[in-house]
Amino acid sequence: MATRANNPGSVAVLNPFAGVDFSQLERSLQRPRTLMNFALNLIVASMTILALIPLFSVLWMLLWRGGQKLSLALFTQLPPAPLEPGGGFGNAIVGTLIMVGLAVLMSVPVGLLTAIYLAQTRVGRVAQVVRFSAKVLTGFPSILAGVFAYGAIVLVTGGYSSIAGAVALSILMLPTIILTSEEAIRMVPTRMKEAAFGMGATHTQAVLMVLLPTALPGILTGVMLAVARAAGETAPLLFTALFSNYWLWSHGRAELMKPTASLAVLIYNFAGMPFPNQVELAWAAALVLVLLVLAANLIGQSFSNRQNQQV
Amino acid sequence: MASESVPIPNDSSNMAPLFSAQRNGDVVIDCHIKELYYGTFKAVRDTVVPIAKNAITAFIGPSGCGKSTVLRCLNRMNDLVRGFRFEGHVRYRGHDIYGSAIDPVAVRRFIGMVFQQPNPFATSIYNNVAFGLRLNGYKGNKGEKVEKALRSAALWDEVKDKLHKSALALSGGQQQRLCIARAIATEPEVLLMDEPCSALDPIATRKIEELMTELRQRFTIAIVTHNLQQAQRVADYTGFLYVDTTQGGRTGYLVEFGESHQVFQDPKHKHTRDYIRGEFS
Repeated sequence: MATRANNPGSVAVLNPFAGVDFSQLERSLQRPRTLMNFALNLIVASMTILALIPLFSVLWMLLWRGGQKLSLALFTQLPPAPLEPGGGFGNAIVGTLIMVGLAVLMSVPVGLLTAIYLAQTRVGRVAQVVRFSAKVLTGFPSILAGVFAYGAIVLVTGGYSSIAGAVALSILMLPTIILTSEEAIRMVPTRMKEAAFGMGATHTQAVLMVLLPTALPGILTGVMLAVARAAGETAPLLFTALFSNYWLWSHGRAELMKPTASLAVLIYNFAGMPFPNQVELAWAAALVLVLLVLAANLIGQSFSNRQNQQV
Repeated sequence: MASESVPIPNDSSNMAPLFSAQRNGDVVIDCHIKELYYGTFKAVRDTVVPIAKNAITAFIGPSGCGKSTVLRCLNRMNDLVRGFRFEGHVRYRGHDIYGSAIDPVAVRRFIGMVFQQPNPFATSIYNNVAFGLRLNGYKGNKGEKVEKALRSAALWDEVKDKLHKSALALSGGQQQRLCIARAIATEPEVLLMDEPCSALDPIATRKIEELMTELRQRFTIAIVTHNLQQAQRVADYTGFLYVDTTQGGRTGYLVEFGESHQVFQDPKHKHTRDYIRGEFS
């Protein structure tokens, strides 16, 4: 029986709460810690809103200025000459898709293999150097990637090309893919690795049959982040792919070794022009670029979600 | 029944006849650990354990006494630990699995393992059980093998309608039985179980114990357990390990090994007696 020392007597035994002041339980801002809690909550909420203002104002501007111009012609027509009405940027959309696609093809195999190596080799000098390099590369100025690809591809092959653009973009994508994939592979619980080895799996089998499938959603997220970054890059493309007012296809084949249009460079070119039609096209191109990146993200996410449920 | 005196002398020649008089006679794994290190840390010393065919051998002892380490020696899982060093031998059917010509990966296909935490892969129930078959490039009827393994693990009736659903949706006890099914699908000869019930509730534990006594007909089982009653209920032989702190470190060693009823009813050593009675120094 719980008898309280400061409440002797039979009444206290029957009602152990006799001495409790119930006003203590009421919500009140007069207590310092409640006040503090309230104030901090308020600060957190207002800072969140403050941080979201730029994001949403950019999105709103894009929808407002770019949305007006949105039409099918944008996707099917070539960029107009100055003072020419109408036109579109179909070739820039194709160019961005092709160059980002090629960059993914170049950076994902290299990045993934590097990530597997890093995740398997925690310590070790080579791994540390590689990991450090990847981290440094994350903050690599994108214009330098462009200059590098200019020196390595453009000068060697003798002209601006979508291949050179893709190389520049793949350099920028590589560190993101390496670091996020390494993290994803490392997040696979040790007990799953042990299970694989306990079953008599070789190292290769454990990586291919357990580690990679389990880490796939995380790896896809990393690739999508890298794609989103690369799709918006302008500086490296100025040195490598330049721009083109024509379609990538001519005479039934893709001219990968010719200068290639991209949405980012089109925005850069048109936004500074004194012609209203070009400026409007730049806004529309910005909106299309954002929508493309968003679509890529959503597709990647739904794919990894499906993987998660089914597996 | 011969239960050797402890501490076991360092001279290895004295250790051979330990098991000769025992009931089943046939020793599948003859484990003889002289010294075992992780880096500079001496984890286990002087531990000689025979694992008898179609019997359950249990390892008991306080935390940190090296029970799991000894168990993981038996299929070379310790090789995955950095700095692991081993002196002694582990003979599987007379062949030293630590021999230079032996591939540890191949060893693990004959000596399977079930872990403390249920660890199914993040894939379907079917794929989990078929994992080992795929590893070995099994060409025959996988479905048949999977069903057989799931039946052997007493899980078939519970999962037969959702074979292609995620294994992670199963309860803890079901997951552990799935891991057992996965381990036995490739029909290893020996099954090592590292505290297989410590993450499970009493009902699931009971099911696993029943399963073990059934599986004993077809497999040789070695189990580490913290649960003395469990060792008493299921094990034919029991080894008691204890921690030696006299030399500065915490080194585990085998104190006593024998038939379970002898170890529990009539322990020969003071440490064993104290541990079983729940008295710790």
